[in-house]
Amino acid sequence: MTGTGVPTLLAAAHVSGEVVPARAQMAATLGFHIILAALGIALPSIVLLAEFLGLRRRDQTAMRLARRWSQAMGVLVAVGAVTGTVLSFEMGLLWPGLMRQYGAVLGFPFGVEGIFFFLEAIFTAIYLYGWRRLGGWAHFWSGVPIALSGIFGAMSVIAVNSWMNQPGGFTEHNGQITSVDVWQVYFNHAAIYEMPHMILAAYMVSGFTVAGIYAAGILRGRRDRYHYTGFAIGFIPAAILTPFQIFVGDTAARAIAADQPVKFAAMEYVAQTSRDVPEWIGGVYANGHIYGGLKIPGLDSVLVGFRPSTKVIGWDSVPAAYRPPVVWLLHLCFDVMVGLGSLLLLAGLWAAWEWWRRRRLPAQRLFWLAGAVSGLAAIVAMECGWVVTEVGRQPWVVYQLQTTTAAATTNGGVIASLSIVIVGYAVLGVATIAILRMLARRWRRGDLAGAGVPYGPADRAPRRAGS
Amino acid sequence: MAADAVGGILLAGITLYAVFAGADFGGGLWDLLAGGDRRGREPRRLIDETVTPVWEANHVWLVFDLVIFWTAFPHAFAAVMIAVALPLWLAAAGIVLRGSGFAFRHELSRLSLQRAAGATFAFSSLVTPFFMGAVIGAIATGSIPAGASHASLAAWTSPTALLAGFLFVAACSYLAAVYLTAEAARRGNARMQAYFTRRAQVAGVAAGALSLAALAALHSSNPTLDARLLTGRALPLAVLAAVSGLAALGLLTAGRPRGVRLIAALGVAAVVWGWGVAQYPVLLPGTGVTLSNAGAPGTTMVALVILFIVAVLCIGPSLALLFSLQGRRLLHADETGTLTAAGLSLSRPTPAGRSPVIRAAVVTLVVLAALARRRRPH
Repeated sequence: MTGTGVPTLLAAAHVSGEVVPARAQMAATLGFHIILAALGIALPSIVLLAEFLGLRRRDQTAMRLARRWSQAMGVLVAVGAVTGTVLSFEMGLLWPGLMRQYGAVLGFPFGVEGIFFFLEAIFTAIYLYGWRRLGGWAHFWSGVPIALSGIFGAMSVIAVNSWMNQPGGFTEHNGQITSVDVWQVYFNHAAIYEMPHMILAAYMVSGFTVAGIYAAGILRGRRDRYHYTGFAIGFIPAAILTPFQIFVGDTAARAIAADQPVKFAAMEYVAQTSRDVPEWIGGVYANGHIYGGLKIPGLDSVLVGFRPSTKVIGWDSVPAAYRPPVVWLLHLCFDVMVGLGSLLLLAGLWAAWEWWRRRRLPAQRLFWLAGAVSGLAAIVAMECGWVVTEVGRQPWVVYQLQTTTAAATTNGGVIASLSIVIVGYAVLGVATIAILRMLARRWRRGDLAGAGVPYGPADRAPRRAGS
Repeated sequence: MAADAVGGILLAGITLYAVFAGADFGGGLWDLLAGGDRRGREPRRLIDETVTPVWEANHVWLVFDLVIFWTAFPHAFAAVMIAVALPLWLAAAGIVLRGSGFAFRHELSRLSLQRAAGATFAFSSLVTPFFMGAVIGAIATGSIPAGASHASLAAWTSPTALLAGFLFVAACSYLAAVYLTAEAARRGNARMQAYFTRRAQVAGVAAGALSLAALAALHSSNPTLDARLLTGRALPLAVLAAVSGLAALGLLTAGRPRGVRLIAALGVAAVVWGWGVAQYPVLLPGTGVTLSNAGAPGTTMVALVILFIVAVLCIGPSLALLFSLQGRRLLHADETGTLTAAGLSLSRPTPAGRSPVIRAAVVTLVVLAALARRRRPH
């Protein structure tokens, strides 16, 4: 890594009271957008899977699901596009110090992402509005670029985030960036584990969310082929990917233990660098004590280095100013993410076992309850993961190069924009969910968009029922 | 020189955003002025059908431009983001409200909710380009210090910056009305053709008047830029903008909308490039920040040029496919979202068909008069 003049920039840091509200605003807007981003990355693949089954097996149910999901996708993509744009603005409006110093470095992956965002928007439009006139497989293929650009776009954005965790690929001279190796910036050291971790998370969130909606319907007695098909098309891919995600996550945690030992120490409550470090499950750290929680001796060392004698670096390795704040939040978020991931794995194993033994999905109510909350669980796990990686990097915005305080805007009034964002996004979130529920109700009633509404365009083509 | 090439790329990105997404904003403005539910149904439907499949793709140019700006010119980007933070926040809010309002209106079936979502969409279509214009005006007048550390209200509320804001709104409305006229003609809808022709004429005249007013205001706020536009190297582009505008108005008045879209877009593009050429190579007038010293090394510039070539190769054919499918009317917002009621009664239905046009003209004149009076004492 080049340019590791550790706290030189700290001296130039503006003393700013805006860093806390700025972080809160970034957390709120990113936390909101990441759900839409995950759905934007992976939902097209699930819709395409349904359409593929519909076309291949001439399955009207799968076809109808694909068509309806694509309508919901249209709403989600629009909200995702605009909330993503807000983040682009915030990169500059909240973090001008970061962009001023490192815009020329981290901008390149964003540029690559721009290309994929473009392709995504273009082919989403063709796919969403091409149902009627682009027939069959031509329509299916118009959706494939959306799925691919979702994956590559996500890789590009994660390239930026992982670069902030493991910066490299540039030279800095007297505080000026003098050359950039874009390849090394994009494929930085942390990208190898962050990229698959987030893409798999996006697929799990999308698959389990779709499955959860139909599981809830099945719990309410709607035990028809339509609901079972909808559940299966979401649940099966997500459940298959879950063990891979756990493997990637485990690898990532070990890499973080090596790359960002202080973040890892906070995740696992390692106060002092030592061997035979215990694993804490749960527990709240305060004033040097851990209250509650389950202590498993030596396990943390085993997880890091496969033997109890492995030395794990504690947060005492750096001065207090360079440790992440609110250690307990990091640890509990990490535990919640791992715990929910494990439960989702169990749900998938349960379904696989039943399928292997009886060629059907489990009949137990508990399974369907688990299925109904699986989407929410996947979303919570993903949010917790982001808390771990973002709060765990503090006080750095670019690890060991620039502090978050130095990156924050020197303008006052972030409290005002934060308040507006919280209220506005709450309304936006409620409205989005309300619209999706309204669509579902309309589908259930079997009537179609706009039927019986006054002022409707008079010469609209007659609608076919049921699609 | 790679930095100059990237400057050109940024200007091209801004041009594409202006001529494509600008028209989508303008569509929102005409939606706002279309009157009550019943009277506004037909224009709203035409606006909706032309904007729906393309607005998201058009919107991406903004993201593209922001990324090029911060990657190639990070020092200038940070200064702009600090100095004119307020209008940028407001523009971002407008973008969220515009996009979500538009998407929600599609799916809503109750008239009152459609009205609310539609009003959100239409109103934010008006304010977003205004604030973007004010930001560009602040840059052009040299109101952004290189080492900006605090937001400045004065930077974007100078007469020139406000005129730029109004000019953006007028230009968006003009482009939208021209495109809609051509679309109506292509569909053989003579009534809508006449409807949007009138609006294109009014908006075109307003945009022309605002351009002249902005030039006059620049005379005191940035004499160098003004001189280059009026007598210097940007003069050919200024002439091209004027000729295109007059030609488009002439064709519209003669009832020949064929090719008028291209001419109108060319006129707007000439304004954007006139600004860029007049300012070159300075990025932030009044400072020493130029295309080549705004914080990015040559390697980044070269990477961006390559990226742009790849982008053109990937996005060009895809956009061409989208627009050709839309042009052949193969993209339909049918069951998966259609504008059903398009209700919006911010203004009461009035018997006089021309009233929204007259209203828009009166508003423009009042604003111009107010600004002219404000400028006098200087």
